[in-house]
Amino acid sequence: MAEIVSLAEAVALAVRDGDTVAMEGFTHLIPFAAGHEVIRQRRRDLTLVRMTPDLIYDQLIGAGCVRKLVFSWGGNPGVGSLHRFRDAVEHSWPGPLELEEHSHAGMANRYVAGASGLPFAVLRGYAGTGLMAEGMASVRPITCPFTGEILTAVSALNPDVAIVHAQRADTSGNVQLWGITGVQKEAVLAAERSIVTVEEVVPHLDPRPGSVVLPSWTVSYVAEAAGGSRPSYALGYYERDNDYYVAWDPIARDRDAFRRWLDTEIFGMAETMGGR
Amino acid sequence: MPVPDYSSDEMMTVSAARALRDGITCFVGIGLPSAAANLARATHAPRLVLIYESGTIGAKPDRLPLSIGDGILAETADAVVSVPEIFNYWLQPGRIDVGFLGAAQIDKFGNINTTVIGGDYAAPKTRLPGSGGAPEIAASCREVIVVVRQTLRSFVERVDFVTSVGYGSGPGTRQRLGLTGAGPLKIITDLGVLEPDPATQEFVLTGLYPGVSVEDARARTGWDLAAAAELHTVDPPSAAELTALRGFTASAKE
Repeated sequence: MAEIVSLAEAVALAVRDGDTVAMEGFTHLIPFAAGHEVIRQRRRDLTLVRMTPDLIYDQLIGAGCVRKLVFSWGGNPGVGSLHRFRDAVEHSWPGPLELEEHSHAGMANRYVAGASGLPFAVLRGYAGTGLMAEGMASVRPITCPFTGEILTAVSALNPDVAIVHAQRADTSGNVQLWGITGVQKEAVLAAERSIVTVEEVVPHLDPRPGSVVLPSWTVSYVAEAAGGSRPSYALGYYERDNDYYVAWDPIARDRDAFRRWLDTEIFGMAETMGGR
Repeated sequence: MPVPDYSSDEMMTVSAARALRDGITCFVGIGLPSAAANLARATHAPRLVLIYESGTIGAKPDRLPLSIGDGILAETADAVVSVPEIFNYWLQPGRIDVGFLGAAQIDKFGNINTTVIGGDYAAPKTRLPGSGGAPEIAASCREVIVVVRQTLRSFVERVDFVTSVGYGSGPGTRQRLGLTGAGPLKIITDLGVLEPDPATQEFVLTGLYPGVSVEDARARTGWDLAAAAELHTVDPPSAAELTALRGFTASAKE
C-alpha cells in the first residue's frame, strides 16, 4: 500500500545518492516539484533516466546532482537546446556527464521489458544508425528463433526509483492519470520504489474513460503537490506554460544566471508544491 | 490577383504542406514539419491523419502546438495511446504512410543527423538534442519527407553522425539493413525540392521556388548538387495558403 506523505518526506525516504532515478511524463505531467525537491535535498551521483530530459533534467544536471544520463531526446521542445545539458557534455560543467543514448522506441521498449520482468525487449530499430555503432552495452542485434530475421534487442530498464506526477489519488493511495500518459505506468512498474505526486488527494476516484490507474499496492509513496508539474501541464487542471519554456533559454545559457535561479527558486524556497 | 509577398520560410512550409495528400496518415515531427502538416490539414487535406509520438492519433489542433505533447493534441485526437503503443503497434508494422521529419544535418543520401556536430561522439563540438522518434520513423513509415533549411552547414557530403538512415551509402543499403519503408522521397527546403535519383539514390534538385536559381541552390549545398533534366518551378503560395499559415503563426504567439 502506498504511504501518503509530504513531498519532502517522499524524496528523503525514496531517493538515495547514487540511485538510478526515472522521472517520466511525456511533455504532460512532468514531475517538476519532485525534481526540485531532489535538488533541494542535494542528492548526488544520480543516474537519471528519461525519454525527454526537458527543463527538469537541465536543472538537475546544472545543479550537480547527476553523474549519468540515459535518454532519447534532450532538447527544449519548440525552443531549442537544453544549455545546462550541453554545457555538461561539451565542457564538463559542473562535472562530466556520462551518456547512454537511445531512440524513443528503444527507451519505451526498455521500460516495457523492465515492467514485464524480462531482461530485454525486441524491436525493429537502430539498424544502420550511429546509436547502434556506438556499441552501447544496452543495444544488440538479435536473431529471431522462429524466422532467422535479425532484429534489435534493448536491455531492460529497472530504475531504483520512478517518480511521476498524476492528476489524482484517493485516500488509499490509488493513482489516476489521463491525457498523454507516456511511459509512466511502465516506469513505475519497472522500478524498485516509486513516488507519485498528485494535483489532489480525493476521497474516491471516479472512473474516467481512457485513464491509467496505478493501484495503491504498486506505488511506494503518494505526495500531494498541487501545481506539481508546472511549467509542464496537468490536463484538466492547468495548461502548459509555453512562455516559461522560452524564458528558460537565457537562464540556462548563462552559468551565473542559472546559479541565481537555483539560489532564489530552489534553495531560497521551502518545499513549494510546484509553484515557481 | 497580385502575387502576395512571402518569405522563403513561408514558401518552404507551403511547399511541404502540398506534399501531403488528403486522407493519408502522417507521423509528424516537431517544428517545421508540424507547421506544414497542420497547414495541409487546414487547406487541401482536411482528412489528413496527424500522429504525434506522444501517442496522439488523429490530432486536430486549431493552433500550432509548441511541443509534440501539447494538451491541444490530446484533447482533439481520435485516440490517445501510450508511448510504447504508438511505436510498437502503430509505427513499427508499417501502418503510417508518411514520416515527416526535420534535420540539423542531411547528406546526399538523405541520412539525417540530429545528435552531434564536430569532434567525435564522446567529445562533440556541438551537442544536439538526439534522435527522439526519428530513427524508427525513418525506418518504418512507408515513405519519408524531410523539411529543412538549406545551408552549407546543414547540407553536407556525409553527416557527422547517422541518427536516422536515409539511403545509407547508396543502393542496397536499406534492404541490407532490413528497413521496411521506402526511405526519404523528398527533401523540401527554403530554396526548392530535392528528390533521389532512381539509379544512384543521390538527392538531386527537381524543383525551385520562384526567383531561385540552380546556382543559388548549389552555393548552399555541401555536395556537388545536380539538377534534374525536368526541373520545374514551384507555384508561389496562394493567398489562401498564406492566410492559413499566418493564422497559425499568429495564434502560436498569443
